[in-house]
Amino acid sequence: MIAISTALNGILLGGLYALYGLGLSLTFGIMRTVNLAHGDVIVLATYLSLLTTQILGFTPLMSLVVLVPVMFCIGYGLQRLVLNRTLKDGMMPAVIITFGLSFVIQNGLLLGFSADRQVLRQGAVETMGVTLAPGLTLGLFPILTLGVLLVLIFALQAFMGRTLLGRAFRATSDDPNTAELMGIDGRKIYGLAMGLAFAIIAVTGVIMGIRSNFSPFDGPARLIFAFEVIIIGGMGSIYGVLAGGLILGLAQTIGGAISPTYFQLAGHLATLGILAVRPSGLFPETIEKG
Amino acid sequence: MSENRSEIEPRPPMTAAPYAREAHVALPLVLLGAVLVALVSLPFWGDGSLQRTALEFFYFLALAQAWNLMAGYAGMMSIGQQAFVGIGAYSLVVFAEDLGLNPFLTIPLAAVVAMILALPSSWLLFRLKGAYFAVATWVIAETVRLAVNANIDWLGGGRGRTVRSLGQFDRHLREDLGYYAGLALALIAVFGVFFLLRSKTGLALQAIRDTENGARAVGVETRRTKRIVYLFAAAIAGATGALIYIVQINVRPDAAFSINWAAYVIFIVVIGGIGTIEGPILGTILFFVLRDLLEGLEAWSMLIFGLIAIVMMLFAPKGIWGVMNAHRPVPLFRTARKLPARFKADEGEA
Repeated sequence: MIAISTALNGILLGGLYALYGLGLSLTFGIMRTVNLAHGDVIVLATYLSLLTTQILGFTPLMSLVVLVPVMFCIGYGLQRLVLNRTLKDGMMPAVIITFGLSFVIQNGLLLGFSADRQVLRQGAVETMGVTLAPGLTLGLFPILTLGVLLVLIFALQAFMGRTLLGRAFRATSDDPNTAELMGIDGRKIYGLAMGLAFAIIAVTGVIMGIRSNFSPFDGPARLIFAFEVIIIGGMGSIYGVLAGGLILGLAQTIGGAISPTYFQLAGHLATLGILAVRPSGLFPETIEKG
Repeated sequence: MSENRSEIEPRPPMTAAPYAREAHVALPLVLLGAVLVALVSLPFWGDGSLQRTALEFFYFLALAQAWNLMAGYAGMMSIGQQAFVGIGAYSLVVFAEDLGLNPFLTIPLAAVVAMILALPSSWLLFRLKGAYFAVATWVIAETVRLAVNANIDWLGGGRGRTVRSLGQFDRHLREDLGYYAGLALALIAVFGVFFLLRSKTGLALQAIRDTENGARAVGVETRRTKRIVYLFAAAIAGATGALIYIVQINVRPDAAFSINWAAYVIFIVVIGGIGTIEGPILGTILFFVLRDLLEGLEAWSMLIFGLIAIVMMLFAPKGIWGVMNAHRPVPLFRTARKLPARFKADEGEA
């Protein structure tokens, strides 16, 4: 029974990790660069939700009505006003700029909200459990998280596969120069992709804040989890994110069941193991161009 | 076509001095001599706090040169050099505490250990490119940190260990030895990079920096060249790690493997000027000045460092040294090669 419970909890934790990875996978798939502030942006979204609940009296989930458009605009603005300026110089400027941004966000949050750990209060749903069998109870909210993840993944897949804008996204990802010749404004596509990623991050941030407490310096660990999800699942693949999240979640819970100090270590070792045997992940979709 | 064919006919042999050599070659030498005399004699005329600041300057300079060689020349954006700083620190613990070696002797040993451990990690990392390489270096650093953290019996776990054997030295002797070790390390880093860049490997590196695929096309062994650079940078970081904890004595995994080592070094190279030897030197000086100005501001200072890095990348991606050299270049370390005369035939301003 302990084994089943460990496995199920690993899968549910994996749902959260896949959410971390989803936004990062989207931007990597299209812009081919990693936003090193990804984790800090998740934490920023959590704090913005906290602020909304305090000022407007919303519940954290209600705050998404405000948060999703706001985060979309922040992401769009960041890409169009800052990151797009450095496109022609390769990936290094974007990496350094987002690394700098990571320190700006962490310390800005520290100045604004102090280092105390906070939590988003959604009410009873946080602690409710679902009993599957005697001695096997799973948290309701982690199950809901997995549901949200699946909805987002299917919606994103449908958007990419079925809509005109999604096709423009894929075209820009495959070959930005040729896409440009077909009348697609690559800079705008990059802006929209970052905006969309930030909108997904808004949802991720609120869910993270309800599930656990948080502090201004929690971002880097989230970035690493998100990155590991993509390394395991395969670059640029949306379904790969799901697989990557589940494997990382399982690895951590199994490691943690052996000894609490092995919790994160097991996840890192699983990632490095995948990297050793399948360098482009389990389900790679984008091909790394030289 | 006939013109081209005549080019293939006997060529003038490569000149003995392929480096651009102009009138002001004396300036860098005089400057270097003066700085060296000042630094070597510093313990005799400077006070303790100046000496400690200078030592800190040396190890940031060594780390910055090593990182710049990796990122600026070989295109390997690492944010995981703290792995080797920490490995150097724990080499000190193991060699000096467990095996009873002289702590100062552990500095070169730490470099060797870091290099040996860098080899397997390069097998994993070199499968990745660009931004993925960057995050993967960090994952490896985190993995090592957590592995050390979990190792309570031997390495002290999260609480770390203290290098007690440093107590055998008188405090002044320890500080002076540390200072000269730091000076030697900084000089090895600066001139190691300098001579590496002037060697055949350096030519390959500068070709990789300009265009990696082009370099491979003309027969540069890019992977081997990158591995040499990666191992060199790991060795420097390892030696630096041992040196830092000879001064600080208490080795804790969270501090020794802190991402801040990478962050400060990236900041230094970005403000100074990436892809030059002078850039990291200038950057380290600017970093110390800025840190002094922002002292006591804690969170604000880190926020300002982050903002400066962003602004520099947007408006002066070649750093302050690049801005200073934009119109009339005065290179102190000559690593750029002079174009042989036969390539200048059509004056294409190549």
